[in-house]
Amino acid sequence: MARIIVVTSGKGGVGKTTTSAAIAMGLAKKGHKTAVIDFDVGLRNLDLIMGCERRVVYDFVNVINGEATLNQALIRDKNCNLLYILPASQTRDKDALSQEGVGKVLDELKKDFKYIVCDSPAGIEKGAHLAMYFADDAFVVTNPEVSSVRDSDRMLGILASKSRRAVDNEEPIKEYLLLTRYSPERVKLGEMLSVDDVQDILSLHLLGVIPESKSVLNASNSGTPVILDEKSDAGQAYADIVARYLGENRPHRFIDDKKGFFRNLFGSK
Amino acid sequence: MSLLDYFRTSKVGSASVAKERLQILVAHERSSRNQPSYLPQLQKELLEVIQKYINVGQDAISVSFEQDENQETLELNIVLPEINTKNT
Repeated sequence: MARIIVVTSGKGGVGKTTTSAAIAMGLAKKGHKTAVIDFDVGLRNLDLIMGCERRVVYDFVNVINGEATLNQALIRDKNCNLLYILPASQTRDKDALSQEGVGKVLDELKKDFKYIVCDSPAGIEKGAHLAMYFADDAFVVTNPEVSSVRDSDRMLGILASKSRRAVDNEEPIKEYLLLTRYSPERVKLGEMLSVDDVQDILSLHLLGVIPESKSVLNASNSGTPVILDEKSDAGQAYADIVARYLGENRPHRFIDDKKGFFRNLFGSK
Repeated sequence: MSLLDYFRTSKVGSASVAKERLQILVAHERSSRNQPSYLPQLQKELLEVIQKYINVGQDAISVSFEQDENQETLELNIVLPEINTKNT
């Protein structure tokens, strides 16, 4: 049975698209046929992060409007043949997505794919609403920062009341916390909310912590999901997250300050 | 972080302030999230009725809604002014 995952946050710039690209690639690399959909109509960027921006011919809205078939619009990833990208449209019409249209496309994808990852736009407008509406699982991407935590909590309220599962009185969406841009050194200094602080407030199941990492910008610069940078801390953190989501038991990493006593003593970069 | 910082680790960082502020805010927002949508209108109309008889201000009334496993409680609190009751 296919599962629909929404990657959401409320707040912008916390790492939703980076996360969508990484986990979709991770799931596909684990042998599951995966589609990743950009719901940010008018401001598409998933194609850029996935490195397929020059191969976009048709988009999500074209499929909904019947101007292209799903197979015409899906772009096969260059690194993994089990991964497909459905880009957002660059139209300025904010009513381009309809609940009925999105539902139809997802139903068609469910026949052929194991996982469907929905990359939500920021905010709580229509695109964000439709990205989460049909979800089975929600990855709530949060930075250890007040506005991001508050917006995540707001998003949790919306998942619990406005999603299809909530409206139809079905088993609620499974919600997971992904804490991104985490800096153990700053947490140790008392300058940043810790994993425990954020969990105390949001009470979510922690899927993983992504450390603040140079590799994320390097990955987006080159258009390769950061999970493919297997040597990087962020890449490994995403690999752990995918494994945990699939039921593997992996201890959490990147939470504690790894830097040694001497490095701290003599100052670090 | 340098050698000197090791002697200053007892200082309280801003993270604890952030946590405290968030806890208060999130608790408040969650409680208003579960309120029925008619609550503000109910509060306004009740206030109008009360103001017909008693000279109370906007802040004198508070309506809160609480929900637990088996009951819903609608609590209405009116603070009466000390002497100036309007006798008509």
